[in-house]
Amino acid sequence: MSDQWGPDAVMDRVRIDATGMHYTPLNMAIRAAVAEGAREIEIDHVMGQRFIADGLKGDVRLIIHGVPGGDLGMFMSGPTCIVHGNCDHAPGNTMDSGLIVIHGSAGDAVAHSMRGGKVFVRDSIGYRGGIHMKQYRDKRPILVLGGNFRAFLGEYMAGGLILALGPPPDSPIRERGIGSGIHGGRIIVRGDVDDEYLGVGAQKSPLTREERDEISPLIREFATYFRRDPDVLLEDSYVQIRPSSSRPFASKYTWE
Amino acid sequence: MTIGSVPVKFRISVDHDQCMLCGRCVENCPYDVFRLENGKIHVNSRKCVACHRCIAMCPRDAINIRERPVDYRSHPVWTTETREAIYNQARTGKIILAGMGNAKPYPIIFDSLVLDACQVTNPSIDPLREPMELRTYLGKKPSRLETRQRDGDVEVLTSLSPNLQLETPIMIGHMSYGAISLNAQASIARAVSDAGTFMGTGEGGLHQSLYPYQDHMIVQVASGRFGVDINYLERGAAIEIKIGQGAKPGIGGHLPGEKVCEDVSCTRMIPVGSDAISPAPHHDIYSIEDLKQLVRSLKEATEWKKPVFVKIAAVHNSAAIAAGIARSAADAVVIDGFRGGTGAAPRVFRDHVGIPVEAAIASVDAKLRSQGIRNEVSLIASGGIRESADVAKVIALGADAVYIGTAALVAMGCRVCGTCYRGLCPWGIATQRPDLVARLDPEIASRNVGNLIHAWTLELSELMGAAGINSIESLRGNRDRLRGYLLDESIMKVLDVRPVGA
Repeated sequence: MSDQWGPDAVMDRVRIDATGMHYTPLNMAIRAAVAEGAREIEIDHVMGQRFIADGLKGDVRLIIHGVPGGDLGMFMSGPTCIVHGNCDHAPGNTMDSGLIVIHGSAGDAVAHSMRGGKVFVRDSIGYRGGIHMKQYRDKRPILVLGGNFRAFLGEYMAGGLILALGPPPDSPIRERGIGSGIHGGRIIVRGDVDDEYLGVGAQKSPLTREERDEISPLIREFATYFRRDPDVLLEDSYVQIRPSSSRPFASKYTWE
Repeated sequence: MTIGSVPVKFRISVDHDQCMLCGRCVENCPYDVFRLENGKIHVNSRKCVACHRCIAMCPRDAINIRERPVDYRSHPVWTTETREAIYNQARTGKIILAGMGNAKPYPIIFDSLVLDACQVTNPSIDPLREPMELRTYLGKKPSRLETRQRDGDVEVLTSLSPNLQLETPIMIGHMSYGAISLNAQASIARAVSDAGTFMGTGEGGLHQSLYPYQDHMIVQVASGRFGVDINYLERGAAIEIKIGQGAKPGIGGHLPGEKVCEDVSCTRMIPVGSDAISPAPHHDIYSIEDLKQLVRSLKEATEWKKPVFVKIAAVHNSAAIAAGIARSAADAVVIDGFRGGTGAAPRVFRDHVGIPVEAAIASVDAKLRSQGIRNEVSLIASGGIRESADVAKVIALGADAVYIGTAALVAMGCRVCGTCYRGLCPWGIATQRPDLVARLDPEIASRNVGNLIHAWTLELSELMGAAGINSIESLRGNRDRLRGYLLDESIMKVLDVRPVGA
């Protein structure tokens, strides 16, 4: 961060002061900067503005100082958002591709219906994290969190990966309904999860060596963003929660 | 053997004197009712669903179908349907799935409302001679206009919200690719483009081959968020958030894995063969405030260029809910009555949950007017609109426009057999089986749907002309042009109409 960046200082770097700004003009300023070729946009004094980077496309990096409101990066396709602060609910909602890194905690429904890209949360998230994430072909959404999660993590999950790195066993709040209605994708939790916390249709299994190898790059990425020691995380034990069936409701109905 | 087999629903008979053994019934029936053996057509009536494909294809009118050829002992309480549902559930222990709309014989309010016509004092208008204004704009209307006059020109200073311009108040509702075939969607898309109206995509994404019609398509965002990305949102002429559906209010939807073929998987953006599960609620909407957030997120994503509609099922409290929606920045509210169709719904929901669209539209319109916010949203009525008279009546009860669904499918050949959930629709509509889909020729089917819209539009303008009304806006909410015929007083109070003769 250097203070000499003004709007015109460097062509591909833009700085916006969001003090007292409504979200629509803020997003308009962001879109205008992207249209003019900005590669990095630093936004100061964000205080609850919703929908930042909503539907934003392109190869641009947003550095957000403050606390964005709900739906950060909703429908976003491509950009990166680095948040120096906490987030309100549903960052990464129905996100298509790109990256969100949150240096703090986030509210409920983080990565709701996310379709691709990655969301990294340094600390904890609220209820229904990763609900109904889904994958298709090369698009596989990934949610990584460093702290606790509340009930219904990965509910209705249809694809993708949730990796919960919270330190076991004392700190993470393991709550009921993990993977309830899950019919695709995987939830990997550091330490162990009591069976009583599993939702309907979710089943627990140990990780194979290959599966562990698969999460190592994500652990390293997490450690890099948040300056954590990857070795402690890499060496610990993990458990995964997968669907017991890809058709959880197939046996519920009979034809008239 | 405790229960044994229940009687056949339909009995097929073949007139062997007429039959010329052409085998078209065999070829056309995807339910394997017919077989040609030893120089004779044999039938298995138990497999018949009364889709009438064989009847339509038989060149000699040699086939006959009789419904319920075996009588149960008659009983007004323990009907055939009640008894058979119990046998089914006693065997399976499961929820009964059914197709199409509400199948209970509830009285239809539309059929107890009559329209007005001019006699002597107020001459009727001849639509052949006089212009009839059926053009309808859907979206927010400003409560007042700020203007400035400059050099004789009037400049509007108020910023206007985007509206959809319809040449007729008849649109075709959301039936997804997956629920219906691509040929069926393409037929509807061509028809609405030609007629200057709109159709809904349903929650199944937008197939690439329909991009040429995108200016006439309302893209849907439902709780499963299938097929939703920024490209999809930007292509639609408007965006519709589906909260609920008249055929199954309060519950989500499941597109069974067998219907998720390569192409369906592509537009929904889910793997082939996986169940597409739409949860009951949107998990980012647990309140009116959250709904406002979703409406605004969609507007923000599309830079406030597109109207956003919110569709709810008609339920007891629709009026208060719609008043909340009208304050959420939404541009239109769709009210889907309990007669709305569906590919598959639990029978108990289809038949018992929700209220008729006539009552819901009237009460929503009244509530919005009483709060002075009727201009904030347009009202779209759907669910059980069967003919142009229903369109006229529901507009007189307060709607701006209608969505039709089943009627458009019937225009493409659907016989309302209600077996959509089997995925074997012999008319190529509610199926993804390539040989069956190929039976529906979009060239012809789009003309049929277009003809239906055209015919209803003509009838609507005739009805309006007869009532001395030359603009759809003068019909909207004009309850004075309706009378209730043998409706009880409480219903007439809800509808705000007077009885015949009054």
